[in-house]
Amino acid sequence: MVLETMVLNVGPQHPSTHGVLRVVVELEGERIRRCIPDIGYLHRGIEKLMEHKTYHQCLPLTDRLDYLAGPSNNLGFVLAVETLLGVSAPPRAQAVRVIMAELARIASHLFWLGTHAHDLGAMTPLFYAFRERERVMDLFEMAGGSRLFPCYFRIGGLAADLPEGFAEIARAFAAEVPARTLDYERLLTENPIWLARTKGVGRVSIDEVLDWGWSGPLARASGLAWDIRRSNPYCGYEQYTFEIPLGEEGDTFDRYRVRIEEIRQSAGIIIQALDQLPGGPVNVLDPKVSLPPKPRVYRDIEALIQHFLIIEEGIKVPKGEVYVAIESPKGEMGFYIVSDGGSKPYRVKNRAPSFINLQALPKLAEGRLLSDLIALIGTIDIVLADVDR
Amino acid sequence: MADEEQKSAEQSQVPAEPPAPLLEPLLREQFGEAVLAYIRFRGQRCATIALSALLDVCRWLKAEQGFTYLADVIAVDYPKRDKRFQMVYQLFCVERAERLRLKVDVAEGESVPSVSGIWSGAAWPERECFDLMGIVFSGHPDLRRILLPEEATGHPLRKDYPLRGRERFADEDLGYKVERGGGER
Repeated sequence: MVLETMVLNVGPQHPSTHGVLRVVVELEGERIRRCIPDIGYLHRGIEKLMEHKTYHQCLPLTDRLDYLAGPSNNLGFVLAVETLLGVSAPPRAQAVRVIMAELARIASHLFWLGTHAHDLGAMTPLFYAFRERERVMDLFEMAGGSRLFPCYFRIGGLAADLPEGFAEIARAFAAEVPARTLDYERLLTENPIWLARTKGVGRVSIDEVLDWGWSGPLARASGLAWDIRRSNPYCGYEQYTFEIPLGEEGDTFDRYRVRIEEIRQSAGIIIQALDQLPGGPVNVLDPKVSLPPKPRVYRDIEALIQHFLIIEEGIKVPKGEVYVAIESPKGEMGFYIVSDGGSKPYRVKNRAPSFINLQALPKLAEGRLLSDLIALIGTIDIVLADVDR
Repeated sequence: MADEEQKSAEQSQVPAEPPAPLLEPLLREQFGEAVLAYIRFRGQRCATIALSALLDVCRWLKAEQGFTYLADVIAVDYPKRDKRFQMVYQLFCVERAERLRLKVDVAEGESVPSVSGIWSGAAWPERECFDLMGIVFSGHPDLRRILLPEEATGHPLRKDYPLRGRERFADEDLGYKVERGGGER
């Protein structure tokens, strides 16, 4: 008798890969002998494009990296450029950025929860999670004009101050989040099918986490107490009190628990930020960096020139390079920007957490069942736009 | 008003590295002339080392200095320099929450030793550098294109590769003439 294996494509069109991911699997029955991810179907050359655009023009491109958490990507880029410039957004802008980033984290985790559960056969959480996510989309639309890609931040601050009514709606939403997460947990956490599909699947140790470059909820589920918002705080995160949920086993179930708890913690941060929201300007008062207020542009020649130069020529960023990383919902998202002194970046590299995290898929999947592959792709929480850029 | 602005500009919203006066002298003591430069800029630290010392420095940083986490491997193209490419390694020490940037200058055609033996998470970023910049890594477990299809030619992220790409189809096959180029923007 000869043992025959079968080589199949999972994807690139597959409802459970959540994007254009192709995984070539060599199967012996249901068991995976080899697993080779094939990516690049969503590569748009964002880094190359950015070399030909002014820093502000690059902002909408960053939205489209991890598109489930647009403001988060904006934040990383904007912080990197501001670090290069040597400016800081005013405290009010920083607080609003925290609110938007945490809303993005909630939206991303909700999407992840719904789709991950759906992959494993639980269809109800999807509808519950997306109901909450709709409210976050509404908030993004209020502030930035668009649901997924608000592009609300600017270099040096925000595009505009929070619209009227935003704070009340955001507060009402954040106050309901803990109860809603309990609803999701009631469906899954003690569900025998869920436990059978996730407990013990894809167990990862802290050493492996560090070796593979895993960060974010993946690292914390294995027990590594590292959150960039705590270890290298940015945007005033040191003012807010929040817990860092940790797992023990580092399996799919723990990653699920960690992310659910993160949703709750994010809601807490949003309420604190709203409570402590300082007054003041939302843009740094540097004429070379921030656009002047529109009424002035129509009346004052200086403001007109300032507006014209910033839009047409772009902001001139001093020569140098920085790498700034933030805690995005998927893990460490970093921007390495090299400036040659002009108004367009010389090189931008986006350290994409999904790209780095996906690397480990073969190590996790080989030897397991095909159905576990779906659980593993879901638990790593990738967005193909982030993987491929 | 001016005071607040001054204060907010001074206090950085992104933290500077904690003052760790020890790393530069230790690095220089250990590797001497292989450490070509050590710069602090905007609160970040960056060491440029010789290509020949790359693996030794990386091993030492991981084993002795606690940089157990490699965030990214980046390639930058400086066509006007003698050594055209620069490899950048972003390292992080979780215990001290310290970041370090390591840079190596690489001439065109020179191959770079892969650090995937030290941090296995370097495998895919190095493949991406190979794919988009054309840098060859010696000792890499699986050096092939990752984002572009296998049959692609050229390395798009290089500065001499046009933004709009190169022609892939002959006009005869398409049946109509295609305008290529047309400026950078």
